[in-house]
Amino acid sequence: MAAERLTGYRRPDGRVGIRNHVIALAVDDLSNAAVEGIAHLVPGLVPIPHSYGRLQFGEDLELTFRTLIGTGANPNVAAAVVVGIEPAWTDRVADGIAKTGKPVARLSIERHGDLATIADGARQAARLLQDASEHQREPVERSEVMVSIKCGESDTTSGLGSCPTTSQVVDRTVAAGGTVIFGETTELTGGEHLIAARCADEAVRARFCGFFDNYMATVLAAGVDLLGSQPTQGNIRGGLTTIEEKAFGNIAKTGSVPVVDALEPACAPTRKGLNFMDTSSAAAECLTLMAAAGAVIHLFPTGQGNIIGHPIEPVIKLTANPLTAATMAEHIDLDVSGLLRQDYSLTEAGDRLMEIVDRTVNGRLTAAESIGHREFVITKLYRSA
Amino acid sequence: MQAVSDELAFLAHKEGDSVAIAVRDVEPGTGSLAVLGADGRRQITVAEPIPLGHKIALVDLAENTPVIEYGEPVGLACQDIAAGELVHIHNMRSAKWQLSA
Repeated sequence: MAAERLTGYRRPDGRVGIRNHVIALAVDDLSNAAVEGIAHLVPGLVPIPHSYGRLQFGEDLELTFRTLIGTGANPNVAAAVVVGIEPAWTDRVADGIAKTGKPVARLSIERHGDLATIADGARQAARLLQDASEHQREPVERSEVMVSIKCGESDTTSGLGSCPTTSQVVDRTVAAGGTVIFGETTELTGGEHLIAARCADEAVRARFCGFFDNYMATVLAAGVDLLGSQPTQGNIRGGLTTIEEKAFGNIAKTGSVPVVDALEPACAPTRKGLNFMDTSSAAAECLTLMAAAGAVIHLFPTGQGNIIGHPIEPVIKLTANPLTAATMAEHIDLDVSGLLRQDYSLTEAGDRLMEIVDRTVNGRLTAAESIGHREFVITKLYRSA
Repeated sequence: MQAVSDELAFLAHKEGDSVAIAVRDVEPGTGSLAVLGADGRRQITVAEPIPLGHKIALVDLAENTPVIEYGEPVGLACQDIAAGELVHIHNMRSAKWQLSA
């Protein structure tokens, strides 16, 4: 059953987080060593290194900035230490995060070098961590806890069990006035008409169809199709045969509620309800965009056993595949394989997932958090200059 | 003598689907089929081993006819498939991606 009381951290901008991380965020690939160095000296810090941030331009650069700023601004983050190679782009990211009112330290490496940057950054980080440790949980409403959903390493048990269970929580969250984000543009192929039909109005439908058509055009312009990668070899081993079949399983996790908006990647939802976001279907890229949009808890149905985590957004994994539940137990938060044996109803499975969600909101670590999965991958729209 | 087990073997998403999914490894013989959200089970003939998560044809499917799952077309039979046979990448393909088919 759902918890009687949900608790979280209310941030200066009013948004609600369920974790209290202090992060060391790299602005660019060159700053990863300094970020890791600071986190080594201040072990309570969450380092977020990544592979890009240099010589990007246009829409691709804007998406990287939006992703980095959104990650720091996410209400699961109490404070941020931002490290970049040069001051201008470092300031842009740090200023973007500071707009939320949370404390931000900024360091740039040129004219200081890594070692001085690490020493200075570690001193500031230690103070931010001490200050954050005094933040208190307080009662929050379900409507304030933004949820994201994406499935992975899907198989036919996803469409039969773990995705419909996730749907239960989507519908209940939206009914409580909450916000849910789904994405995976490519993995709607063959079922895109079902999402288009659920769009709340013509403007949302036009935006959604624009995202989908743009992806199809990108694939066709490359002169290829996705037969070699969609479905994946893991999907096929689990019994999935075509992208259409995979799409219907994917859509089975999106509940029965209308799609209230269709968003650019890493853009924060402004409407309560179920929001579509144009994302890759690769797990780490997708989750990174959703967390950057402000989602604080993620539901991840899996079939064959995707092991994804995220540095700041807890990822709850559920499976209806009994083999996966038995052989990969340390990655799985909820086993709903009983649905395949008809041991209990879908409503009961939804109750069980809701209970895990509530306990996770209230502080219980997910399987991925407990074993340190912190995947963070920036979506690259095209090659750098 | 063939053992008849009531342990569930297959789940179909919707009444009228042309395939159902094995919820455990199923051996040839007969298997118990249920439809999601519907009461009751019935026994179906299983022509070959169907591994957990893989699909069985519930009806005869002629080459190039749509395969129906979730009440929707999810691809095409690329050869004749008899009821009771395994349906997978050897005898079914996407109707969407054709370039390398």
